[in-house]
Order: sequence, then C-alpha cells, then structure tokens
Amino acid sequence: MSDAEETRRPDDGEPRDGEPRDQEPREQEPRGEAPAGSAERLLKAWHTPEGWRYWSAVNNSEVGLWYTLAAFAFFLFGGVLALVMRIQLAVPGNDFLTAEQYNQVFTMHGSVMMFLFAVPILEAISILLLPQMMGARDLPFPRLSAYGFWCFLIGGVFVCGSLFFGVAPRGGWFMYPPLTTEYHEGVGPDIWLLGLSFIEIASIAAAVELIVGALKCRPPGMRLNLIPLYAWYILVVAVMILFAFPPLIAGDMLMELERAADWPFFDAQRGGDPLLWQHLFWIFGHPEVYIVFLPSIALIAMIVPTFARVPMAGYGWIVLAAVGTGFLSFGLWVHHMFTTGLPGITIGIFSAASQAVAIPTGVQLFCFIATLLIGRVVRSVSLLFVLAGLATFIIGGLTGVMVAVAPFDYQAHDSYFIVGHLHYVLVGGTIFPIMAGFYYYYPVVTSKQLSERLGTVSFWLMLIGFNVAFFPMHLSGLWGMPRRVYTYAEGLGLEIPNLISTGGSFVLAAGLAVFLWDVLRPKSKQPLVKRNIWNAGTLEWVAEVPDRPWGIRSIPIIKTRYPLWQQPNLLADIDAGRFYLPDAEEGLRETLVTSAVDAEPMQCLRVPGPTFLAMFAAVFTGGVFIFSTYHWWWAAGISGVLSLGTILTWLWTGTAQIPEKSHKDVGLGLTLPTYVSGPRAVGWWAMLITMLGDITAYISLVFGYFFFWTVHETFPPQQFDGRPVIGPGTLWPMVALALAGAAWAAVLGARRSNRKDRAGAFYGTLVLAIVLAASAGVAFVWGPLARGMDPTHHAYSAIVCVLVLWTVLHLAVAIVMLLYCGARRLAGRMDGRHDADIVNVTLYWHFMLLTAAITAMVIGLFPLVS
Amino acid sequence: MTQSVNASANPSPSAPPPRYEGQSLEISERLWWIVIGPTLWALHFLACYLTAAIWCAKYAAEADSDALLLILVAIYSVVAVAGIVVFGVISYRNHRRGCEALPEDLDRPRDRGRFIALAGLLLALLSLVATLFTAAVFVLVRGCH
Repeated sequence: MSDAEETRRPDDGEPRDGEPRDQEPREQEPRGEAPAGSAERLLKAWHTPEGWRYWSAVNNSEVGLWYTLAAFAFFLFGGVLALVMRIQLAVPGNDFLTAEQYNQVFTMHGSVMMFLFAVPILEAISILLLPQMMGARDLPFPRLSAYGFWCFLIGGVFVCGSLFFGVAPRGGWFMYPPLTTEYHEGVGPDIWLLGLSFIEIASIAAAVELIVGALKCRPPGMRLNLIPLYAWYILVVAVMILFAFPPLIAGDMLMELERAADWPFFDAQRGGDPLLWQHLFWIFGHPEVYIVFLPSIALIAMIVPTFARVPMAGYGWIVLAAVGTGFLSFGLWVHHMFTTGLPGITIGIFSAASQAVAIPTGVQLFCFIATLLIGRVVRSVSLLFVLAGLATFIIGGLTGVMVAVAPFDYQAHDSYFIVGHLHYVLVGGTIFPIMAGFYYYYPVVTSKQLSERLGTVSFWLMLIGFNVAFFPMHLSGLWGMPRRVYTYAEGLGLEIPNLISTGGSFVLAAGLAVFLWDVLRPKSKQPLVKRNIWNAGTLEWVAEVPDRPWGIRSIPIIKTRYPLWQQPNLLADIDAGRFYLPDAEEGLRETLVTSAVDAEPMQCLRVPGPTFLAMFAAVFTGGVFIFSTYHWWWAAGISGVLSLGTILTWLWTGTAQIPEKSHKDVGLGLTLPTYVSGPRAVGWWAMLITMLGDITAYISLVFGYFFFWTVHETFPPQQFDGRPVIGPGTLWPMVALALAGAAWAAVLGARRSNRKDRAGAFYGTLVLAIVLAASAGVAFVWGPLARGMDPTHHAYSAIVCVLVLWTVLHLAVAIVMLLYCGARRLAGRMDGRHDADIVNVTLYWHFMLLTAAITAMVIGLFPLVS
Repeated sequence: MTQSVNASANPSPSAPPPRYEGQSLEISERLWWIVIGPTLWALHFLACYLTAAIWCAKYAAEADSDALLLILVAIYSVVAVAGIVVFGVISYRNHRRGCEALPEDLDRPRDRGRFIALAGLLLALLSLVATLFTAAVFVLVRGCH
C-alpha cells in the first residue's frame, strides 16, 4: 500500500479484526464541486437524437422503453386471441371459429405470450431499469441491446402477421412432431421455427448484456452483499436463459432440417424419435417458466420494502431462493412428459425434483410476507397487485405440486386442469407483478403518475375476472374437458364452467382496458411527480424529474443496501457531481466498470452512441430467417452477406477502439485505464458468455446422437431399408481434429506474436491458422462425402451430418474472425498493447477446439466402441 | 488487500495498466463459491438420470436384477452427499469466523465474505435435501418400473 493510500485510511471506523478481507472499502468521501460546465458537457454527450434520427438511439432508456412498449403490444394481441378463444368455447358446438382457425389461434396465443411477451418484457424492464438501479449510465453493450430489440420487433411482427394470412402455425406452442413434421403442410411450422429462433437469438443477446451488466457495471463499493435484489434475480435469470434457450435453438434447427431437407431426426420410421424433440423443447420449456417468474418476483422484491418502509427481511435467504430455483428448475423438464411411457424410475426422479423446487420458491414468499409483517405498510395499487400476485401464484404453485405427483398427472394431463394451473402460475407469477411494476415504475420513466383510483378499479376487475375465468377450468378439466379442442358436445356438464370462464375473461379484459386507458390518456395537464415519489431506498429513484438523458449526474460510492435511506446527503452529493464521472471532457459516453465481487473501479468504459447499424443488422439478419421460411435461398443468402457486412462494420467502427489516452481521471482522485483486454474487459466476458450458450446448443445436438444410441438396439445400425448405413469412418474425422488442433496452436502463436509486436510472425501464424482451419473444415466434410453418406437415409446419418455441419459453420466463423484480426492490425487498430480483438478470438478458438474434438470423437470413434 | 486502486498519481502513459481485480480474494469469497453445492446436486441428478435412462433402455432387459444400477446410484449419492456436507461445513465456519455476535443482516460492506459463506451454506442445505430426494426415489422404486 502506498503512502498516499495509507494516509487516506479512515481512523474513525469500527474496530477491525485485522483481516484485510473483512475491512470496509476505502472511505472515499465526496468533496469539492464538479468542474464548471461539466453538466452541459455531460448532457451533450448523452443527448438523445431527435427527429427521424431518434430511431438510431441505443441508450438503455430509449431501447428499454421501445422494448417494453413492443412487448406490451404483443401482450394485448395475445390477449385478444384469448378472448376469441373464449368466445368460441362459450357454448357447446359453437361455429364462431373453424377448427383450423382455432388451432392457429391457440398456437399463436401460447407462442405470443411466452416468446413475444413474457420473456421479452422482462428483458425490456431490465434493460430500462437495471442500469438505473446500479447507478450506471448504460449497460456495457448498448448497440447489442438495440440489435436485440430490432430483431425482436421484426421477428414478432413476422410471426404474428402469419395469422392474418391464415398460414399461422397450428401445432400448439410446443409444436410436437410428427404432427408438425409430417402432417402440417404449408409454412406455418417454418414461421414458428425460424421466426422464433430469430427472437431467441435476441434473448441470448439480452442475457449476455444483463450478466455482464450485473457483474461489472455496479457502482463502486456495491459489494455482492449490497446488490439490489432485482440484480441478483436478473443475474440468475440471464444465466438460465443462456443454458435454456440453446437446446430449443438446436431443436428448431433439427426440425427445420427435417422439414426443409428431409433429415429424419423425428421420423420413427427412419430411426428418428419424436421424443427427442420433447426433451429438447422441455429442457428449454420448464426453466422458461422460472425465467419469466423470477424477474417478476424480482419486481416484487423491489416494491415490498418500499411500501413496508423497511429493508427486505432475509436478504441472504432470497439469494438462496433465486440461485436455488435457478438450478433446480433445470431438473424438472420430464414432468411435462410423464405420460410418454418413460421408465418409472425416470418419472420418480423428476417428480422428486419437482417437489424439491417448491422449497426455494416458498422461501422467498415467506421473506416477502415477513417484510410486510415487520413493516408499516403503506397502501398503494402497486402493492395490491403484489398481494394478488402472491396469492394467485401460491394457488398455482399448489396445483403444481399436485401435477408433479405422477399418478395425479396421468389423470390431469392435457386437460383443462393444466390450463387452469398454468394460468394461475403465469398470471400470478408474472402478469400481476408486472402490473405492480408498471404502477410502481411509471413515474421513473415518464415523470407522471398513474391514477390510483383507476388503478384500484382495474385491480379489482382483473383480480375478480381472472379468478372467475380460470378457477372453473380446474373443474372442467377434472370433469373431462381436454385442452386444445375447438368445441365440445352438449350434455357433458361442461356448459356452465365454460360460460363462466368466458364471462370472467371479459371482466379481466375490462380491467386491462381500464389500465390501458390510464396509461394512454393524455397527461399534459397533470403535474410532474415529486422526485422519488414513493420514498424508496434504492438507486433507480435518484432519477430526476423531469428525467435527464445522462442516467445519473455522478456515479456514487455505495455502502448500504438502501442508499437513499441509509446514506445521508447521497442525493445532494450525486446531484452536485461530487462523485465519479461528473464530466465528459472528451464528449464521449462513459461509465464505470468495476470488479465482480467487491465492485472496485477497474476501467472507464467508453460506450458507443447512436447508430442505425444495429437496426440495419437486425433487418438483414431477419431477412435470412424470413426468406428461408419461403425457401427463397438467393434472397436469404444476399441478406446473410449484407448482415455479415453490417455486423463487421459495426464491430470495426464501434468496438475495441484505441483511446486517445491510456488513463483517465474519473474524479475523486481516481485514475482508471480506458482500454483493457482479456478477463478484465467486458468484451471478453461477452465472448465467454456467448460461447457458453453456443456450446450448450452444440451439446444438445450431441445429446441427440446419444439419445438415438439409447433407443436403438445397435447404433449405428448395420443396414437400413435394404442399404448399408454408412458412417464417416475414423480416419478423416481424426485428420480434421489434428488440423483443428494445429490451427488452434497457430492462433495462440498469433496472439503471442501480436503481444510482442512481431508483425511478421503475427501475419505468418495468422495465415497458417486460416489455412489449417479451412483444411480442417474440408477434412470434416470429406469423410461423409467420400463415403457417400446420405443424411436423409437414417437418423444416424442425419445426426452425424448435423454435427459436421455445425462444426464446419463454426470453423467458417473462426476464419472470418482471424481475417478480421489481420485487417485490424494492418489498419493500425490493434497492436501489442491494444489486443482485445485477438484475445477474444483466441477465447472463441478454445471453444472451437472443444467443438471439433467432441465432433471428431463422437462421429469417428464412438461407432468403434458401441 | 482489498484496496488496490492506484489513485495516488497519474501513471505514466506507457506504464501497463495496474491489475485491479480480486488479488485479495480467497476461493471462498468468489461468486462461484455459492454455486458449488447446487452444482454437486446437478451432477448427481444428471448422473442418476442418465445412468437410469441408459440402464433401462439398454441393459435392464438382459440383466437378472437392477443391483448394478442401485450400486452405482449409491456410490454417486455417497460422493455427492459427502461433497455437499464438506462444502456446507466450510461455508458454516467461514460464516461464523471472526465475529462477535451475528449482525442482523450482513449488510455492511465488510460482511461480504460472511454473506457469501451464508449463501453457500443455505444453498448447500437445499442441495442436500434435493440430492436426498433423488436418492430416495431409487430406494422406493428399486428398478426401472
């Protein structure tokens, strides 16, 4: 420790026990005033573009708002579809919809609510609020957020639009084959597969953003035990998205290959198995329930302390609940498949895990109840929705424990009991908390308040309407009404509960209409709210009234969980610019990057400003998926090239820029670097997280291979359909692996020579790596090609070919990355000290080598031992 | 030491940026400490599920009894439970270390290490319960069906 630091150590603190790790963080008190003109410079740097250029904004407050509005619009669309269904089911034998129309409507209702509303709105709210809660100016990758939003919007409009042309998917939101692979002509399933895959990519982009944001963009001093609970939940959820969505993307890829190219993954006649889809879908689908539930509970965790006027009771227990639920939720997927004839022991394992998950889920509810009990509760519409959400969710959770018991599930499966159960879970666990969040956070976003009176009306209509609509479904289900039927016969005793459900659904819709009116009604004459209107304790309530685009005037030092309650003068010091980064001397957008555990300042991160590139990239990426749906391969190819070009331009002009100075004074006497690479850089973390998702998708494909092994007597089979089943052999996969390994070594060499500024060696090893990688790709393809493998012959041939295809595509991306690094160095945008590009590409190559090794060993060696 | 930011003077522009993160952190103070327990649960869960699925699909029909399956699961369970208990005990000790009375909510900055230990302990307990749940299924069902 230097002398200068020694002198700053506080001597008035509490007695210390001598262990450095237990010390308080350095007492760095705000002092002095911000430099003259700093506020103007800061405002200018964070100025929101105006006119048509408004749509080039990438800042979290704009993108988050658009994202929220778009997701909410899809929610209303899904809600209208629900009303249409309820009209059809109001009376027996109704002909309001045909069976075909009804199938499209219920499929779209489920898909829209899950993929276009529940997941996106929680990402949207997080993008909007998470930086505010952590006193950050923005998330680390604003353009990635914008790209995700535009992908979501384009994909969502495309998928929803199909309904108006009568070509919407009609296989249910889980699209089970063989119904969707063999019996559905037309583009409906393709729209679902490609359109939603496109949106899933946007979700993964948001997950990367939120993980890095929650871990690395906290204010100085906000140690792990001081993080707002919302950030804990979002961290867990983002990690769940990372491991849950890739299996579905892999499944989508397999099903689309089956539909477009006749590769028989799910065709039982050619060695495939429809259950593989169910596994891949539900490995995604069950965590998905918690992916939409936890962020909503996170909103509750922010709202409850504010209205109870006390800090949350059992902070550590809530962290236990969030992390524990996140883990256990991955051990439940088979409980959606209890009736598929799996071995009893498998059913038992998943039934037990389904019971176990009730423990952490219950723990957090007890914490909320305890907080309300020890506090002095203040009445508000927001809190009403919280209470309704908790009660409703508990009912849904209890019926959930019922259906987790396999013998009961055999009776209730695919009946309206399940429809009732899942709506209690999702409306109680997601919709009501989001409504609470809307009432609570509306003033932060708009500086106006929603009407408490209209809110109370809306609340009672929604609560009563919901229960009247969905409670009878438990009964109609137990009385024998199956799901997904467009009508039912008279005289089965189903008339009354269905009519009541329909009536309730319209009361619920009326409640939403009141809410919608409250949001949309003109408020220009309504006065602005006072700042921190609810007297909350967390940092997002620092937001000024009217709101300023800079996010926060200066980034404070945090020492408590509820800084606005527990740190005196905090607001005044923030506003006076007495903390970090009160200025933007260079006119650049800047925020702080801090360490993951202790939030010690590490870097002054320059975040990019407005651009249309993210929107264009999304349009072109969308083109690839949308044109592929109609098999317009040329258009899709051109769109792909344009998309690649746009993304490369975006990376070239917006990432890893060499700064004008290596260090910068960020205020309070602290100087931080402006450029870092490797594990200290946010870009490195983004690559790592993305590749974890990527490898998860790949492992899902490998799972498919071994799944087929378990369902066949001999796998690979000797002969099928009168022809021998051909494999890729052992030699060429091994040659490919050797070449990929050599390419990886050359990449390591290139990174090393770049760091030592040996340009000749760098370019030499780089070219070598490219040649070796290309040769590895050729060797991977050569095995199947030379031996005449036909991917349409048998599921074995298909799964081998898809593993090869995946590996070769990744090698192609790897080559593009290497070319990019070469160009960066040639253009003087990368050198020995500024080496983030090649370091990140090396990280990609570690995963590349792992992928190549697994592919080679599975396709080349496993047939020898099986 | 936790305090490692070079704030005393402007470093010379050519000097390499100082290292900031984590030099003082012990393993038990890292974020991933808290997920060790659940990870052990996940590995045990996956091992049990895959072993049972493969056994029932491939070997159960030929084998005389399911003894091998049950022995394998017993080994997994002993290893997993032992691991979770060890990890839980270490977390408990770290949680109680060096403190007088327990502060009510571990919400002072210097409580960070003991907070992570508490989260680790609670997650170990949950993982223990969930692991025993899985093992109990094999005790009760004892075979594929």
